[in-house]
Amino acid sequence: MGNEKDYLELIDGEKKFRHIGTRPIRPDGVDKVTGRANFGADFTMNGMLHGRVVRSPHAHAKIKSINSTKALKLKGVKAVVTGKDFPTLDPSDKAVGEVTVSFFDMSRNVIARDKVLYDGHAVAAVAATSPQIAEKALALIEVEYEVLKPVMTVSEAMKKNAPILHKGMKTSGVEPTPSRSSNVASRAEFKLGDVNKAFKEADIIVERDYTTQTVHQGYIEPHACVADINADDMATIWSSSQGQFMVRALVAKLLAMNTSKIKVIPSEIGGGFGGKTIVYLEPLAVLLAKKAGRPVKMVMTRDEVMRATGPTSGGHARAKIGAKNDGTIVAGELEMEYEAGAFPGSPVGLGCMTGFAPYNLKDVSCVGWDVVVNRPKAAAYRAPGAPVAAFAVESAMDELAEQLKIDPLKLRIKNAAVEGTQAPYGVKFPRIGCLETLTEAQTTDHYNSPLGPNQGRGVASGFWFNIGGQSSASVMVNPDGTVIVATGSPDIGGSRASMALMAAEVLGIELQNIKPLVADTESVPYSDLTGGSRVTFATGKAVVEAAEDAVNDMKRRAAKIWDVDFDQVEWKDGSACCIETDVHKPMTIADIAAMAGKTGGAISGKANINAKGAGAAFATHICDVEVDPETGHVTVLKYTAVQDVGTAIHPSYVEGQMQGGAVQGIGWALNEEYVYGKEGQLQNTGFLDYRVPVASDMPMIDAIIVEVPNPGHPYGVRGVGEVPIVPPLAAVANAVSHAIGIRMTDLPMSPPKILAAIDAE
Amino acid sequence: MADVVVPIEVARSFCEGRTDHRVDGDNIRDLVKELSKLYPGIDARLNQGLAVAIDGEIFQDWLLEEVTPSSQVNFIPAIEGG
Repeated sequence: MGNEKDYLELIDGEKKFRHIGTRPIRPDGVDKVTGRANFGADFTMNGMLHGRVVRSPHAHAKIKSINSTKALKLKGVKAVVTGKDFPTLDPSDKAVGEVTVSFFDMSRNVIARDKVLYDGHAVAAVAATSPQIAEKALALIEVEYEVLKPVMTVSEAMKKNAPILHKGMKTSGVEPTPSRSSNVASRAEFKLGDVNKAFKEADIIVERDYTTQTVHQGYIEPHACVADINADDMATIWSSSQGQFMVRALVAKLLAMNTSKIKVIPSEIGGGFGGKTIVYLEPLAVLLAKKAGRPVKMVMTRDEVMRATGPTSGGHARAKIGAKNDGTIVAGELEMEYEAGAFPGSPVGLGCMTGFAPYNLKDVSCVGWDVVVNRPKAAAYRAPGAPVAAFAVESAMDELAEQLKIDPLKLRIKNAAVEGTQAPYGVKFPRIGCLETLTEAQTTDHYNSPLGPNQGRGVASGFWFNIGGQSSASVMVNPDGTVIVATGSPDIGGSRASMALMAAEVLGIELQNIKPLVADTESVPYSDLTGGSRVTFATGKAVVEAAEDAVNDMKRRAAKIWDVDFDQVEWKDGSACCIETDVHKPMTIADIAAMAGKTGGAISGKANINAKGAGAAFATHICDVEVDPETGHVTVLKYTAVQDVGTAIHPSYVEGQMQGGAVQGIGWALNEEYVYGKEGQLQNTGFLDYRVPVASDMPMIDAIIVEVPNPGHPYGVRGVGEVPIVPPLAAVANAVSHAIGIRMTDLPMSPPKILAAIDAE
Repeated sequence: MADVVVPIEVARSFCEGRTDHRVDGDNIRDLVKELSKLYPGIDARLNQGLAVAIDGEIFQDWLLEEVTPSSQVNFIPAIEGG
């Protein structure tokens, strides 16, 4: 990145960007609001069959037999698949990288083998000529179960004589390795200094237990795909996901196929939030299509989405903070147990790493336990693991401020992490904007406004790492000088607009002359999935490099035409200019493109990178609530989210991410939870019973953008999508606690729970 | 010699609980090679789901990232995201 320094000088000085920081209409906007955009369920093919899944009605059971004879005799049924149709994988076969997964477990999550491990676990799949016939066939597939006692919570699962989900699973991360099977998959620990000694030096210690429930990402679009496979075993998958290359890799692995035999075409995506970073239907659809010899479409119902796809972990956390009377924190301790769902792999380690990250602590200890229960396997959800940890730590911070009679923002400012602070996971922060979000929050009208009766105000901070990873981009100059920017990153938050803005900035052309697109797996080199708040940072970096590559190509051609040296040509406002003579009139991108055939053929630029230099994100939120003492109902009166975003490429979409994350966090705090019956069947499988906040529930979320540029990106970008969900759980809980005068430690704070707390006083 | 910190679980399994090490090498691969001479098998474990941070900058995938004698190197769990 030859120009990185120049860009940063611009950021640190006066902003002179032409495109970055503007708010154009998103390129995909009109299609989406008029219903023309094609989502996962919109694709149709000639001769297409409809696939459905037989799901377990039991939370925990052995599968004794599956008989599909009757289903296959039903007219219109073309294929049935069960676990026996899947290859056997090695239990030690794991992928590491942006998501660590056990393929052995993932295969068993896609379709059960000898055991079902949660209500809704897939047992068989059927393809038929109509959705109605497929539905009818489900009832004809006979599954005999031996029902086992389910284990639904971490506390039950950790009991000595609890039923074991996976015989032979021993707790890793403890020495010596236990000899007995356990539902505790692993232990993680992060430690700085000597926390026990430091607590002895504290004037005051706050310590409390906190609990949260399983919640779902709540994306509006259910999982959906179409798969086709031809006589040469070449599969094509149209799928709504957060990563077409992720779908290709996982289908190849789970079905033991060669990657080159799978093409994945991304559709538009109606929300993912981490829940579409894995596969559920695609391997089933490919196998059904192969057996039937026809394309197969599969679309989940909402009931299936809730019962069988990735919620995030509920859990328990115990937070302890010790401080001096002046508010200096001397020690922090966090111990947490997270539900992993049916297979190991909760984000408890990330919770341990993030909980105390906003603070400068020399002595800190965080321990996490990953526990399997008879619930769906936990999937990623915005800042995986961090919100629950922040709920505990930020609630404890609030209690500490209360006891010390210090303003809660002042307490945080006094202890805020800054450049050089060592995070609880051992790494020293480079340039960060934690303190800036706190001081900005302090000066808002919101924070300084009065409150009425039954009202309370809460504040909380949060941290998320943000990641880089592999991204590719191609910049192709058309003969008329317009440009196509192709990437492999699905657009789930307005990234097409951001990619176009960054390309326009480098190329110096008008935005409407750039068409950004999300390409399929055979049209652009590999990219990691859209997640981890990485796309505007990492794919944006690739786009900038690809655009610079194209600019250099055009400068070379101008030099050739003018018969001057390359270094005599500069790129300015979308034109090649000759530096030392005015004999040559500047050539626009259209002029150079028109002569492409005479100067060496098509003009393009490319970049395939593994982006380094991701910049961490911090946020501070303020929440005002009013609690009805008669009903326990909470009204969110005012909410402000302050966040360091590095540089906002498209401020409207940055604000949208901040607002969306805040609202999801508010739902987590107030209403959302999985409700299971006695035998482990999920009771609230629709949006009427699983209550996510809707627009009429919410005030306008004020989004305040703080820009502390990330030195690792040419324009200073940090990720923005995840950290806004980290503070809300505690911000809302602190506000409710102040409104009713009782510390609320158990989410969600539904009206019955609040009334019970008030009545218990 | 770079300062290298390995996770507590890895230290318990391979290094008798010692997390902090001083290791010679020009890049991460060199450091891991040196560590594995002292603690056989640690190289495979460090390659399993661990990212590396060099002076605060996190690399999800690592191999030849350069280090200096004053580098602070932390092996940390690879970070997933939503």
